[in-house]
Formats: sequence, structure tokens, C-alpha cells
Amino acid sequence: MAGSRIKLELSRVVQGESRLGVLKGLGRTGQHCLEVPGCLLYSHLGTVPHLTQDTLHTLKNIPAVTQVTLSSVAEHQEVLQEFKGGFKKFAGLHDTVVYCSLHDPAALCPPGYTTNKTVSVWGSGGRIELTVAKFMAIQKTIQPDWYQSMADGETWQSNTSRKRLRKSVDRTLAHLDECLTIHQNSQDLQGVEVFGVVEGGDILEERARSARETAKRPVAGFCLDGFQTGSMDQTLRTQLIKAIAKELPEDKPRLLQGVGRPDEVLACVEAGVDLFEGFFPFQVTERGCALSFSFDISLDPERAVLELNDDETCRAGEGQPNGEVTDGDQTQMTSFEINLKDKRYHDDFRPLVEGCGCYCCVNHQRAYLHHLLVTNELLAGVLLMIHNTAHYIGFFSTLREALANDKLDLLKRRQVILIATSFSVTVTPDGFESA
Amino acid sequence: MASLAQRKTLCVASPLTLRIVAECPVTKARACDLILPHSAVSTPVFMPVGTQGTLKGITVDQLDGLGCQICLGNTYHLGMRPGPDLIEKANGLHGFMNWKKNLLTDSGGFQMVSLVELSEVNEEGVKFKSPYDGKEILLSPEKSISIQNSLGSDIMMQLDDVVSSTVTGPRVEEAMHRSIRWLDRCIAANKNPDKQNLFAIIQGGLNADLRKACLDEMTQRNVPGFAIGGLSGGEEKDDFWRMVTLSTDHLPREKPRYLMGVGYAVDLVVCVALGCDMFDCVFPTRTARFGSALVPWGSLQVKHKQYAKDFQPIDPDCPCPTCKRHSRAYLHALFKSDTSAMHHITIHNIAYQLTLMRSVRQSIVDGRFPEFIRSFMKQMFPSPDQYPSWAVDALASVNVTLE
Ligand SMILES: [Zn+2]
Ligand SMILES: [Zn+2]
Repeated sequence: MAGSRIKLELSRVVQGESRLGVLKGLGRTGQHCLEVPGCLLYSHLGTVPHLTQDTLHTLKNIPAVTQVTLSSVAEHQEVLQEFKGGFKKFAGLHDTVVYCSLHDPAALCPPGYTTNKTVSVWGSGGRIELTVAKFMAIQKTIQPDWYQSMADGETWQSNTSRKRLRKSVDRTLAHLDECLTIHQNSQDLQGVEVFGVVEGGDILEERARSARETAKRPVAGFCLDGFQTGSMDQTLRTQLIKAIAKELPEDKPRLLQGVGRPDEVLACVEAGVDLFEGFFPFQVTERGCALSFSFDISLDPERAVLELNDDETCRAGEGQPNGEVTDGDQTQMTSFEINLKDKRYHDDFRPLVEGCGCYCCVNHQRAYLHHLLVTNELLAGVLLMIHNTAHYIGFFSTLREALANDKLDLLKRRQVILIATSFSVTVTPDGFESA
Repeated sequence: MASLAQRKTLCVASPLTLRIVAECPVTKARACDLILPHSAVSTPVFMPVGTQGTLKGITVDQLDGLGCQICLGNTYHLGMRPGPDLIEKANGLHGFMNWKKNLLTDSGGFQMVSLVELSEVNEEGVKFKSPYDGKEILLSPEKSISIQNSLGSDIMMQLDDVVSSTVTGPRVEEAMHRSIRWLDRCIAANKNPDKQNLFAIIQGGLNADLRKACLDEMTQRNVPGFAIGGLSGGEEKDDFWRMVTLSTDHLPREKPRYLMGVGYAVDLVVCVALGCDMFDCVFPTRTARFGSALVPWGSLQVKHKQYAKDFQPIDPDCPCPTCKRHSRAYLHALFKSDTSAMHHITIHNIAYQLTLMRSVRQSIVDGRFPEFIRSFMKQMFPSPDQYPSWAVDALASVNVTLE
């Protein structure tokens, strides 16, 4: 643990906060790297939702790190114990770094089950209560390349008391110390990295204390917890992240949990975040939508506005006229996507996004996707997941390019225009349009 | 009705060529190259079913990668949604789903009778209420062909008067005669005889005389291929194979024979021996969704607890992408987390069907099909006394004795 192998090499820090660089030395042999700002590859039990290795590998520039959630693996601990070879081998993942987080960012985690000594996770078979000992025993069977330390992250609701927040910071630090003790004495976890978790809800002093204390421990990086979309507005989030960043060493990565919307990603990068969980494309896929926001920074801003008026203004207002409820509708449709179930795509023979080089856009048309969605065909999820992941990866790559070329403002403006134009129509939870 | 002579002059050379590569000297099995508008097909062939213009979560590239040369689309489903007009605008079903190889479409009649309540058959066609808007729709032979012309399939099926294979009596005879009349109407309605092949469907239930009468009539029509219909609907297997072998006895050697709705491994091998070239069945893909993987010794229920800690591939000898990478234990676990678990099994099952048919073909070409059958049966059943008697009888009828 002394001298972690993960190394963040920053090539640029813009306005003292936005960071551009490469996270090097990933994986047990240190051969992988990940550009930051960047996102992880979201998975269900090591598999990108809907995809097989064949369909996944139609994608270019796949993030080198796959996120596996302890909540989904925990119920298979006995199996992994017998398997012995670690999760990566178990899941047939040959060429990726595995990061193990505690929870699934795209799944709801019911509050009310955390105690001084335990946290709970929900797998397909229900709740599993974890002590640090059990948590670490599972990590030993998973043998990830890097994992999030056990944390009390139940404090994201806005009405949480100061007392409860303080307790969550204390508990999380205690869990971290206990994790590190077990970790350092474990042969199985040699060469595995630990990320400490910053808690503290919406109270600045608690956030700063949590960051400061965590940074004193021998961790390879930091998870910023309790900022998930819906828990607070971006102004407060930015303020808190900036305060945390001041307490953290510059050479260690910061992973923000539960935030994936492109506008929020941009704001959080400006506040000093390096890494995001890649679950947003999955959520968009589950509601039958395709990411279609433009992030082209080669266009001049005025032309960009014209273009937006042309095509993108109508985007968020696309309801589902029949009021059909989509499966797993966890979050509302955002202004970054189009709803392919909408009748208007019935005879639209264009690709999802003109010029997109993904397998879906090269081979299929909106009309076909519309048909697959209205007939509930499984291929809809496959094709949408391919496109949405490709689009999201492309967004992050442009984001890095913008940081490198002082064009972050331009990229942000595109988002602002997009959001402003979509305010005229909003989508209510059941998908109907309202003024 | 047009006279036979007139019908013959109306026929154009069909866009189909059958080259017989090898014939089994013992059984009625044959290996052929079936040249269709979009590519050549090696027979005997199993055709996976892509009901709504998609194959259960598998991309067209994956299907192509498995070596699939022809798959099915369902006229009833596609005619309802998205409708023939839209598919025509998308350059046919090939363009709509971006499938570069061959497509076969059914007539829509079978689905209508089996899926739609209150369907009613008369001389005009099949009348039914749309399950989507309640409108009354008539599927006539002309309408079926018109939809299939819009879909642009390489092989179209005639609309036939479908009766359950367990029905007996005058209704079976009526349906058989009507199917012949409808065949003539379908032939006349085909707008693309130079691009789309229309297959006749032999009917006649389980009655040998009616089958024979139907064969006599239909083989006089100049159609590019024949299907054996009205079977695989819950009839006794003893009746089933006798109807199959009766049909192949009277079908012309130089035209392809398609046995509809048959896809269990044993049925495939036996019916190849009885002289059939083409098969389709939803079973391999449907069963995959429930975690049932097809293997040379039957099937393997991946979701069963016994596989939770089984770290072997589904079939260690299977060359499919699923077996190359994943264990039974991982797939068992994945079934609880993601739909991609189904895709893995679907890919494996299609690979199993296609690999089986390729092995069958190779053994015919190599002149060792009877030996192939014997080792296939040995692998499939734990002991010879478990061989189904109908299969033993059917194989004996084509001179293959199982020990
Ligand atoms: Zn795309
Ligand atoms: Zn396989």
C-alpha cells in the first residue's frame, strides 16, 4: 500500500480547478491508463447492460476501467470463493481494469438500514448486511484492481440533520481505517488500491473535514459520495466540491458518484472532478431514448445556435402520446436525448445521430429503432446502449479536447443553449407534455 | 380458374437454383446448394425465426458471424407493425433490418389462426379483428402476397387454409382443396416472380389420400419450391413422420423441400433422412430466453441451481462466442442481473442448430450420413432403449438401423 501504483499525471489545470491528465499505472501490472476527465464503463455484474463482448467491442475508445458493484456481486460470494480466480476471470473479462463500488449508481438504495457497524446493499435476492469484515472478505474473493472503501452514504437526502451528517463522516472514516488494516494484512489484496470516501452531505465544514481526514490515510484516490443527481442543485454541488478539492492532494484522482448528466458533468469538471461513473447512457437506454446532444466545438457559437433552433429545440417535449409507462423509469427524460418511441420517428430513415460512427448509426435507422421499441424487442436495448455509450464516450473526449484548447466555455455554451431552449416544454413524470 | 397450359405460360424462370451436391446412398437425405437472390444457402439448413424483423436481441452482424444464410420474418406481425408501406419505403425487410443475406416470409395465415381469436375462414380469405385497433381485416391470398411483395423476401409462402393437425373429417379435405385454389391465386398475384420465389404448401392433414391428392395437384404448378405444412401441431409423431416421408416421395427431386415448424435436433436429423432440405422453428430462440441451452446430450437449464458453481462452458466443444468466453456459473449469475444473459444463450442455441446442420451436410457429402445418425442418437440419449420409437421406425424406413 505504501506508494500506490496509480499515478495521476496532470497536463493542465485550468483556472486552478479543471484538471486534464492521464491516470496511469492501472491494473495489477500497471499497464492500463485512463484519460481524465473521463468516465468508467458501467456494468451489471461485469457486463455492460444488454451487450455481449461482440457488441461491446464494436465501440471504439472503450474506457479501460469497468465498474462492478458490490451490491450485485455480494450474493455470489460463495461461488467466487470456490472459483478462486477473482471476479475478472469469473466474468470473462480479460482486458479491463475492475473497480468495485459499493452501490449501483443507477439503482435506488432504500435508506434506513445503516448502523454504526454495518451498511446494507441490495442484490437481486434482496438486502445483504455488511460489516467491514464481511465487506473485506468479499473484496478478497472479487480481487478487483481498485475498490471503494465501505462508507455510510445514507445522507444524500436534503433534510438530513447536521448530527446525522457528522456521524456519517465519523463512521465512514472508522470504516476506512478498519478496511485499511485488513487490507494491509491481506496477501490476496496486494497491489489492489483503495479509494477513500468523502461524505458530509450539504454542510461545507463536514465535507472539508471528511476530505481532510480521508486524505491523511494511505488511499489511492477519493470517491465523492452524496452528490447524486436530484439530491442538490448544481450551485451547491459546485461549492461543496470546490471546498473538498482544496483539501485533497493534487496528484490523486477524484471520482464523483451518482452524477452523469452532461451539463452537471461539465460543471463538476470545472469544480475539480476527474472521474465519473458511466451509468447515464444506461438510464437513457432504459427509457427508450437516444443521446443526441451536440458537443461539436469546431463550429463557431453563432452557427451552433442556428443549428440548435433547427433540430434540437423540440427534443425534450417529445412525450409518449399513449402514456405507456416505460420499464425501470428511474429518472425523467433530459434535454440531451430524443424519445424514439415517439410516433414522429415511425418513418424517419435517418440514423440516430447524423455522422455518428457507432454500430447502430452506421447500420440502422430511427424508424427501425422505433419499431423495435414499440414491439418490445430486445434488440432495441442492445442498439441504444451501443449508441448511447458511444455518444457519451465521444462527449468526454471532446470535453478533454476543450480543456486542452481553452474551449470549455464554448462547450458549456452549447449545453446552456440546449437547456434554455428546452425550458419551453418540460416533460412530466408520466411522459406527457406540459407547458 | 386458368387452365394448366395457361398457367405454365405465365411462369417466369424463378430466381432460385438448386444444385444437388450429394445424395445419401442409403437414406433419402441430400446436400444441396440453394442459390437465392441474396446469397447461396447450403442445405440441409435450419432457418432461425426473426418474427418482428429482429432476432431476439442478436444483431445482424452477430447472426451473419454465426454463418446464418437465411432467416424468417413473419408477415402477420410485420404487416401489422410497422406495416408494408413503411417497409417498402425502407427498401424491403432487408433494408429495414439491414440483413444482407436471404429472408423467407410466411403467409401470415398460420399466425392469424393461432394468435387471433375470432378469425373466420371462407373462400375469400381469413377474416379477423386487428388486435391493435379492432378493425376488421381480410387476409386474402392476394393480400398476403402483396404484403410479402412489399417485404421483398427471397422466399414467400402461399396463403394456405390452416387446420390443426389433430382435426379430422371433411374440414381437412375442404382446407386441402382450398389451399390449392389459393395457391393459384397467390401465383397470379405475385408482382415480382423474377425476384421473389413463391413456395406451395402441401396440406391434407394426417390423411395419406388427401396428402397424395394435394401433392398431385400442387406439383403440377410451376412453383420454385414446396413446403410440407399442417404438421408439427401436436399430432402423434408416428403420423407426423409418415406424412413427411409420403410428401418427399412425391415431391420433385430438383426442387427444395421445406418442412415447416420443425426444429428439435432429433426431428431435424430424422427428417433430413426422410429427404427434407429446409427447416424453421422458434423453439431454439424462445427457449433461450428461459435459460435453456441446447447441447448434444439434450438441453441444459442454466438457471438451475446445480450450475451456480459449474465453471465449465455450456458445451466445451462448442465454438460459439458464448462458450469461448463464459462459464455456466457466470451465465447462471448473469441471469439475475442483465438481459444479456439471454443473448448469450440465444447465440449459443443458434450456433448449435447451425453447427448441427453443417455436420449433417458434411456427413452427407462424405457419404457417412447413416454413421452420423447413429453417433448422434448415441450422444443424445443415455441408452438405446430411450430412443423414441417413431424415430427408430422412421429411420428404419430409410434403411438405417440403430443398434
Ligand atoms: Zn450512434
Ligand atoms: Zn456455445
